[in-house]
Amino acid sequence: MPEKKLRILIAKPGLDGHDRGAKVVARALRDAGMEVIYTGLRQTPESIVETALQEDVDAIGLSILSGAHNYLFQKIIDLLKKEDAEDILVFGGGIIPEEDITYLKSLGVKKIFRPGTSTEKIITDVKEMIHKI
Amino acid sequence: MYPVEELVQKMISGNRRALGKLITLIENDPSSSAVIVPKIHNLTGNAYIIGITGPPGSGKSSIVDKLIFNYRNEGKKVGVVTIDPTSPFTGGALLGDRIRMQRHYTDEKVFIRSMSTRGSLGGLSEATANVIKLFDAFGKDVIIIETVGTGQIEVDIIKVADTVVLVSVPGMGDDVQTIKAGIMEIGDIFSVNKAETDGVEKCISEIRMMLELSEKNEVWIPPIIKTYGNKENGADDLYKAINNHYTYLIESGIYGKKRVFRGKNELLNIIQNLFMKNLYSFVSEDELEELAEKIANREKDPYMVIEELMPKLRKLYEVF
Ligand SMILES: Nc1nc2c(ncn2[C@@H]2O[C@H](COP(=O)(O)OP(=O)(O)O)[C@@H](O)[C@H]2O)c(=O)[nH]1
Ligand SMILES: [Mg+2]
Repeated sequence: MPEKKLRILIAKPGLDGHDRGAKVVARALRDAGMEVIYTGLRQTPESIVETALQEDVDAIGLSILSGAHNYLFQKIIDLLKKEDAEDILVFGGGIIPEEDITYLKSLGVKKIFRPGTSTEKIITDVKEMIHKI
Repeated sequence: MYPVEELVQKMISGNRRALGKLITLIENDPSSSAVIVPKIHNLTGNAYIIGITGPPGSGKSSIVDKLIFNYRNEGKKVGVVTIDPTSPFTGGALLGDRIRMQRHYTDEKVFIRSMSTRGSLGGLSEATANVIKLFDAFGKDVIIIETVGTGQIEVDIIKVADTVVLVSVPGMGDDVQTIKAGIMEIGDIFSVNKAETDGVEKCISEIRMMLELSEKNEVWIPPIIKTYGNKENGADDLYKAINNHYTYLIESGIYGKKRVFRGKNELLNIIQNLFMKNLYSFVSEDELEELAEKIANREKDPYMVIEELMPKLRKLYEVF
C-alpha cells in the first residue's frame, strides 16, 4: 500500500546565528506526522538545494532573519529551476516586510509566515500547499 | 511524475534528482521495488557496504562524517543512508544526522539520504536493501548505513553490510548490555567513541571479555578501536580497520560467501513481506484480533485457529 509521507526540509540560510524559530517549526511539523530533515545553521543556497534533491522533499522551509531574504529566495528558486526541480515548494518565515512578501510571491515563494504565526496555522498551510499540486 | 523507466535511465546517467525520487518510490511503495530492481540489479554488486550502529548520541553520524572524508581522499564516491525511528505516536520524524556531515553537502560525489523507520519493519529492511542497490547502480564505491542499534531490527537491516561497526561509548554501562543482547555477534569492528573520556580502558576490556565469551569460528578477531568523532582525523584508525577487514574478506573468500548469504536473506525477506501483504488481503486485522482474543482467554488454541483459517490460507497459496 503506497504510503505517502510528507517530507520537509527546514533550512537556515545566511549568516545570522540562531535557529530557535527553525527548530520550533521543525518540531511542530514532525509532531504533525511529517518527516522533517534539518540541516543546521549557515547554509548556502547551493547546499540547501542539493540537500532538497538528495532527500527528495516536497517542500523547503527557510528561516531567514538576516534581511538578505530577497537574494536568498531568488537564488534558491533559480537553482531549483536549474535542477528541474520546480515542483519542490518553497516557503519561509522571518522578519520580512510586507512589500517584499508581494515580490517574493511573484518569484514563486508559496507562503511567508510572519513572526507570531501559530504552529497550527503553519502545519495547516504547509499540508494544504503540498496537497494542492 | 515521471515514469519509472525514465527515472531509472536518468539515475543511471548520473541524475541526482532521479536517484532521490527513486528512493522515495521504494520507501513509499514496496511494490515499486519489483519494477525498479530488475532494471538495475545487473549494475550492482560493486559497492562496498559498511554498517554503523550503536546507541543514540554515541557519535555515529560524526564518525560517518570522518569516514566520508577518508574515502573522498581516496577518490571514492560515497553514498550514505541514515535511519532513525519514526515516532509511534505521530508518525513523524526529525532527521538530523546529516548536520554532522555538513562539509560534504555540496560535494557532488557524496549523496546522503535520511530515512525513518515508518511502519513495517520487515518492509524497512527490504527497502534499505533496495536503496543500497540504487546507490550501487548510481556508481557509489562505498555505501555507509547508519542505524540506531537497539535490537533485532537493526540486525536485519545491517545484514546487507560487508563490514559492521558497532559503536559504544565509555561510561554508559547499559550500552554494553544492549550490545550483548543481540548484536554482539554481528560486529566485525568495535568502535569505542568519545575515547578521550574516563573509563575508556574499562569499556574496552568489557567488550574484549564479551568477545572472548562469544565463540565465533572465524579467523577474524574483531578489533576494538578508539575513535574521536568530534576531532579531525578522529576515525582514521577505524578507517584503517575497515580496510583491513575488507582485505580479510577478499583473501579468505568470505566476501563472495557473504554476498550469497545476502542474496538468500533478500529472497527470504521478500517472500515474507509478500506473504504478509497477501495474508492481510484474505484475513482482516479485525478477524485476527478476534481470534487472538479467543486464544488469550483459552477459548481456542492457536493450532485450532490455524485449522479454521486453512481454507483462507489455501487461497493464499494460490496467489503465489
Ligand atoms: N566528547 C566527544 N563528543 C563527541 C565525540 N564524537 C561525537 N561527539 C558528540 O556527540 C554528540 C552526538 O553525536 P552524533 O554523531 O550525532 O551521534 P549519533 O546519534 O550516534 O549519530 C555530538 O554533539 C557530537 O559532537 C567524541 O569522540 N568525543
Ligand atoms: Mg546520528
